[in-house]
Amino acid sequence: MHSDPFFLRDTSGFLGGYYTLIALVNGVFAFLLWRRQGSVGWAVFWTVFAGAMMVLASLAMSASPAWVPALPDSVRSLVNALSGPVVYSLGTVALFTVLFVFRRFFVRPMVAWSILNGALVLLGLAMADQNFALIVMKPDNVPIVGLVFLLAFFTWVATKQAVVNDDRIARGEPPMEKLADEKVLVWPDLVYTELICMVAVSAFLLVWAICLPAPLEEPASSVKTPNPSKAPWYFLGLQEMLVYFDPWYAGVVLPSLVVFGLMAMPYLDYNKAGNGYYSIAERKFAYLTYQFGFLVLWITLIILGTFLRGPNWNFYGPFEYWTPYKVEVLNNVDLNQMFWVNWLDQPLPRAVSGAPWYSQLGTIFLREAPGLVALGLYLVVLPPLLAVTVFRGMFAKMGFIRYMIMANLMLLMLSLPLKMALRWTMNLRYIVSIPEISLNF
Amino acid sequence: MAIGETIRNSQIWKSIFRHPMPLDRRNRIVVMLTNFFLHLHPVSIKKQGIALSFTWCMGGVTFFLFMVETVTGVLLMFYYRPTLEWAYNDILALRDVTSLGILRELHRWGAHAMVITTWLHMYRVFLTGSYKPPREFNWVIGVILLLLTLLLSFTGYLLPWDQLAIWAITVGSNMARATPFLGYEGPGQQLLTIGGIDMITDASDARFGLLGARFVGEETLNRFYVLHCIAIPLAVALLLAIHFWRVRKDGGISGPL
Repeated sequence: MHSDPFFLRDTSGFLGGYYTLIALVNGVFAFLLWRRQGSVGWAVFWTVFAGAMMVLASLAMSASPAWVPALPDSVRSLVNALSGPVVYSLGTVALFTVLFVFRRFFVRPMVAWSILNGALVLLGLAMADQNFALIVMKPDNVPIVGLVFLLAFFTWVATKQAVVNDDRIARGEPPMEKLADEKVLVWPDLVYTELICMVAVSAFLLVWAICLPAPLEEPASSVKTPNPSKAPWYFLGLQEMLVYFDPWYAGVVLPSLVVFGLMAMPYLDYNKAGNGYYSIAERKFAYLTYQFGFLVLWITLIILGTFLRGPNWNFYGPFEYWTPYKVEVLNNVDLNQMFWVNWLDQPLPRAVSGAPWYSQLGTIFLREAPGLVALGLYLVVLPPLLAVTVFRGMFAKMGFIRYMIMANLMLLMLSLPLKMALRWTMNLRYIVSIPEISLNF
Repeated sequence: MAIGETIRNSQIWKSIFRHPMPLDRRNRIVVMLTNFFLHLHPVSIKKQGIALSFTWCMGGVTFFLFMVETVTGVLLMFYYRPTLEWAYNDILALRDVTSLGILRELHRWGAHAMVITTWLHMYRVFLTGSYKPPREFNWVIGVILLLLTLLLSFTGYLLPWDQLAIWAITVGSNMARATPFLGYEGPGQQLLTIGGIDMITDASDARFGLLGARFVGEETLNRFYVLHCIAIPLAVALLLAIHFWRVRKDGGISGPL
């Protein structure tokens, strides 16, 4: 790996400021706890934590490899060795499941605050690693780091209120939002809030613009292809899907379906409850579907595509050097190959050259029969089957057309994680592969 | 105070502001009705509807960022020339030479922030179930606005004309090459032939329509510049107006019935 001898010198100032900021925020937090809540124990705890952060800050400012707080090499190598697309994807699903199931525990302010501080310290320790810092501090990647913390914060804000509301509704009380039912004048109450927001956003944007120069690389050259070539960060989830699907599906059909599905959502959700207040219990199905699509599929794939995909779109651990010489073995097999050659032990059906078109067409259908049958079962047979079993109640309330659209959108969304699982377990490349018309699925 | 009083009683002041200072209840109502910029709002509103813990102010912040982008964008347009000869050099000069070159930083980070706040606004609207009747159609408009926000950001990404820009757009627009039937590498395009002549080639497919060329070149720069500065902002402005109008017409900020 190429190491920059001035890396620590250049980063230590930032890291020092970073830890100082954490210390400052925790100091204020402790002060507020003591003055407003009267919880002295916690106030002392976070004051001590703030002190520890000041110690980390001064160590970081030393800019000496011996002192700058960092994760031990053994931990970094372990993380690199353990991480891969499978661990990452299953890990995020497991994480979201735990967060959802134990949401009552995680919404408690002290728990959330501890997790936030833990994450911030971990990020600080990780940023002392040159490979990690190179990717995370790339100017266009900084917004994603912000996005992760913002999403965590706002999910916490929403879940906290939903938990309270769910309890109230279970007791037969109206949601909290109903309590502040009285009307206030927009001038001054709303107009001033808007003004303060505008000033705050302007200030934030100015500080950001002053501290972080916008990226500008070498002049465009159509002959020098950078490796990796990446789309803008908000499309990297789509680019990541190219690992599992061909561009016509990952880049055109699935995004169109996402847009269509989002637009269709208000017409598919027949549930009248949960309109105008935070709640989870009253609309669990809609809630989980959206969270799965947004947080698990959209956001985590963006993070994967941005931070963990390097040259040749290979997977790199968070502390791994992006060497372009990393080779990953690609031994993916099509379903037709698996079915005819591996299982039935005979060659792929092939039409004699010069055969009439219907014979060629018949051969294609025969060759792709296993994949087409599987797809047919999945998209045509499964929805009615679900309608008379798990989704029986939904089917009755939604009617045939609405139910079919919902079920198909749902199954197409799940086609991504399913294809991922098939790739990891069976090295499956295409379920249906008709290169004659460039149709691979 | 006498001067202030004189100004507020002058004919000029009164012709601009058709009401006294909004200090008492009556004038606080009148100001909302007579001021063009304020009349987007209702006169009074439920207290929970403006609680930050409820709205996160994300819709408002997104709109504000759109205005920041418009103002900084117009100022940048005075300076930047979308041609192969000048595009990169103008950005370079904004970084190294020009006073107030920070406008480019404001514009770029504002754009990233706007993508994020749009997602967060949508997230909030979903989590509070605010897309439910009678607000279904406003949600649909919101989804289109989300799409336009991403396209605004995507078209703007090309304009600096550096390696980051053209390769991101190349990777992104390569998808269009695979559009079913309409992309020359897409499934089914082989079927669109008349008398042995392909209808869909790399000079007539969806990607060509997007780029104005077979690859990301000067035609693309011009096309994306016009989309970025004129076409998409106009569409966004129109849809924003409808979006805000519908918020009012569909019963204001949502709340429990």
